[in-house]
Amino acid sequence: MTMDVRFELLMPEFLVAGLAFLVFTLDFFIRPVRKDILAWVSAAGLAVIIAFTVPYLLNEHDSLFDGLYRVDSYALFFKVLSMGIGIAVILGSLHFVNQRLTHPGEYYAIIIVSVLAMMMMAASGELLTAYLSLELLSFCLYILSGFALQDRRSNEASVKYVLLGAFSSGLLLYGIVLLYGALGTTHFAEMATALEGAGSVEGRLLVGLALVVAGLGFKLAAVPFHMWAPDVYQGAPMPITAYIAVGSKAAAFALVLRLFYEGLAPAYDQWQMLIAGMAALTMIFGNVVAIVQTNVKRMLAYSSVGQVGFLLMGIAALSPLASNGLMVHLVGYSLTNFAVFFAITAFYNATGKDDIPDFAGLAGRSPFLAAAITIGLFSLAGLPFLAGFVTKFYLFSAAAAEDLLWLAGVAMFASLISLYYYLQLIRQMYIEKAPEDEGGSVAVATPAVLTAVIGAMALGVVLLGVYPDPVMAAIEDATASLLGTDNAWITLGAAGQ
Amino acid sequence: MSSMESVLLFALIAVPFFGALVMVFFPADRHSLIHWYTRVIAFAGLVMAVWLFVTFDTDGDLSKYTVDFEWLPALGIRYSLGISGITTPLVLLNAIIFMAGVLVSWNVTHRPKDFFIWLTLLVAGVYGVFLATDLFFLFFFYELAVVPMYLLIGVWGSSTDFTKQPAVEIPGYGGGGKYDRPKEYGAMKLMLYLVAGSVLVWVAILAVWAEARSVTGMESFSIAALSQVEYSENFQRIFYPFFMVGFGVLAGLWPFHTWSPDGHVAAPTAVSMLHAGVLMKLGAFGILAVGMVILPEGASDWAPVLIGLGTVNVLYGAVSALGQRDLKYVIGYSSVSHMGYVLMGLGTLEVIGLNGAVFQMFSHGIMTGLFFAMVGIIYERTHLRDITVLEGLGKRMGVVGAFLAVAGLTSLGLPGFSSFVAELLVFIGTFRTYPILGVLAVIGAAITAVYILRLMAKVFFGPISDRWADLEDAKPIEVAVGAALVGILLLWGLYPFRIVEIIDSGVQPLLEGMGIA
Repeated sequence: MTMDVRFELLMPEFLVAGLAFLVFTLDFFIRPVRKDILAWVSAAGLAVIIAFTVPYLLNEHDSLFDGLYRVDSYALFFKVLSMGIGIAVILGSLHFVNQRLTHPGEYYAIIIVSVLAMMMMAASGELLTAYLSLELLSFCLYILSGFALQDRRSNEASVKYVLLGAFSSGLLLYGIVLLYGALGTTHFAEMATALEGAGSVEGRLLVGLALVVAGLGFKLAAVPFHMWAPDVYQGAPMPITAYIAVGSKAAAFALVLRLFYEGLAPAYDQWQMLIAGMAALTMIFGNVVAIVQTNVKRMLAYSSVGQVGFLLMGIAALSPLASNGLMVHLVGYSLTNFAVFFAITAFYNATGKDDIPDFAGLAGRSPFLAAAITIGLFSLAGLPFLAGFVTKFYLFSAAAAEDLLWLAGVAMFASLISLYYYLQLIRQMYIEKAPEDEGGSVAVATPAVLTAVIGAMALGVVLLGVYPDPVMAAIEDATASLLGTDNAWITLGAAGQ
Repeated sequence: MSSMESVLLFALIAVPFFGALVMVFFPADRHSLIHWYTRVIAFAGLVMAVWLFVTFDTDGDLSKYTVDFEWLPALGIRYSLGISGITTPLVLLNAIIFMAGVLVSWNVTHRPKDFFIWLTLLVAGVYGVFLATDLFFLFFFYELAVVPMYLLIGVWGSSTDFTKQPAVEIPGYGGGGKYDRPKEYGAMKLMLYLVAGSVLVWVAILAVWAEARSVTGMESFSIAALSQVEYSENFQRIFYPFFMVGFGVLAGLWPFHTWSPDGHVAAPTAVSMLHAGVLMKLGAFGILAVGMVILPEGASDWAPVLIGLGTVNVLYGAVSALGQRDLKYVIGYSSVSHMGYVLMGLGTLEVIGLNGAVFQMFSHGIMTGLFFAMVGIIYERTHLRDITVLEGLGKRMGVVGAFLAVAGLTSLGLPGFSSFVAELLVFIGTFRTYPILGVLAVIGAAITAVYILRLMAKVFFGPISDRWADLEDAKPIEVAVGAALVGILLLWGLYPFRIVEIIDSGVQPLLEGMGIA
């Protein structure tokens, strides 16, 4: 056991933590009307840390604390993604916070702490470290979802989220205990070795596996563990809804992908059908229930439940292609959801409404917002030349290549269903007339920063759709390090046997 | 991409695609700028398509028509384009119908910028499907051609509403029942049917790709490479129907055709023209150039089903057209019926039948474009499409009536117009393979004569009602479009040899590749 830990590799994490404290502290010294500065400090700080981290950690591959904490291209990819998500949420929140929330300093600082938690989730090489990072993220999100103190829905959302989140944490922890009991280790790499060595699979291992899947399923909002999602999405402050939809999912998938590919891959036969079934159930259920929603946030909540089903295919297929597919779909999903959510935030900011019929005639009032929402929804439905088309094609191809063509077929069918309810919103915006009364023909005022964020996200959706090469290069690198030399199990094509 | 020809292929897609994107930045109130800009894009495409068609060398080497870039190496996706004797006429068809559609859309004044952006994107998608030789991009463009339809119909389309009409008993057309079909209905139905079809296509594409990957270790979406792979007979038998039905939905294959009349009726004129004229051909083209080429054994196993359903299409479409009150529904069902000849031709799996099918795609495209353009003019002037109310329009709209008569005569297969040759080839092909179905198809042509002649008699001849006293005939721009389309129908009707020769140069190697000819 060597103890010469290279602490300097944790520099990005230290910097992000430092930034959070800086924002907390600065809050004391800034007059209430100038709180915008905090947002800019937070966003700029994260941007600087990204610029520092990428060259600093490029080509670094190390395992700190005997494998508790990984520094590799995979973690790097998700670190950059997490910080990028953080920047987008902070800038997207700016106007919303000014208008509707108190305590901006804490709001931004907690977002930064949650970014740190997301970075740690992707880097965890061991179950308890992963659990602690996940809890750190969850705690931040519990607070953030209840941040609109005066709003009863927000309070309700927070309480629901805390109760169900705590329950799922319990399940997860108990599952970890059982896995530890069965395998004698919580390190992913050692778990794989123990699984390979074990001739037969014990009952407690299966129960542990099921509990871990259930616990993580809660965090991912996969069916049948999705019940909290619509209420929390609807109640939480709008930018936090976007953050939960995108950030917490990206981080949870970063964790799940590493756990299943590194730790549980040898027990593939035991969990593949479980995950595939859960994926199929999730995409069908999420998309079917979304049809009857009348509130945009609830509709998007169910739609993102459906998206989790697509992403789970990347776990079930267990191959380098599937890993690539999952990550690229995650990137596309993040950009797309941000574009849609922030455009809806802008609409909500100006009108205070978020039911689907409220969007009638938006194309005439605010062509930009309508176009951004349409681009986002078409991308979610997987239409060309937007991100969703390429990422779904990639992910579904990967599933087809591993004998999961049926699952890919279910996914395509689910996409078709989703197109139907996305078109309902698009129909409101483009075909229906704006209501005559209450200023229905007035343009929706969108602040410049929010416009820029929405525009950037929509542009990203298009760019990823027509030129995915640069992102794919980073993703292939990340997959290569995930399936590195000490994980010959998948690279040898065991999944394809 | 060194040769002149390959630059042309690239530009055929790129000009409308990027042209549409550039249009986003145009000021929305400069209507005439937008109209002229779109006309220029359409004309550029027309010039390129004509040039490709005229210089096409039937014995020549097609490798100079190649565009090939690496795009997503991990899955073996390349951006590659090419043409053949089959696609060259279809590209020309798309260019002609787009040009004609843009010209008759001079009266689009409601948000013309958005209208032409979507229309141009749709056309870029259609060019892409015909030219792509990589399945990923073929599918990409296929979806791109479908997406704009929802908004094009939903925003600029028109609803069918007979609820306000007087309930008059008209011999042969029944009473004036209440009938209400909002355009949103047509738009949504069309969109869901077509995307459902593309889901089947997508499943089949991934199945073929994954099978080729596991059999040969090759990762490629190239149609040529995938067609070289030996798929097991069982695999072909299972997955060919995915292509056949998936693409068939867009081709109006019975019983998945019902979106087609509803969608065409609700669509604005230019979109009806493009959709019935070109987009439905994408479906038939997909069955031919993807399904049959990649899974030849599956194709020959399922050929009897395809030709059988095609015959149903012919008869069912024709009989349904007989009973319609809405002028556009008549044309819509006639499209279903005529696409039946195309599907029958494909089902023969035989040189003459396939030649006929492809020629019929071209010929029907022009003909139905002419139909919808003229019906669009009538609707624009009268705001009516109800056959029971429209009467004696020939007195005021002689030119429109004449053009409509030409389209009608072409439709019923009068010698001298191109459809006669096309349908004749299909009939010969069918009589050689399934004579009974050939007889039924000829009966279908006879029913066509009934509904077309009845329609002409009712709408154009007879006494004119006073309310049409001020009706205006076709404007010069509309006359030009009509005359050009009629000219094309006549040209290929009287001198079909060159175009058939070109089509044949594409059909022969295709059948050889399938191991048939």
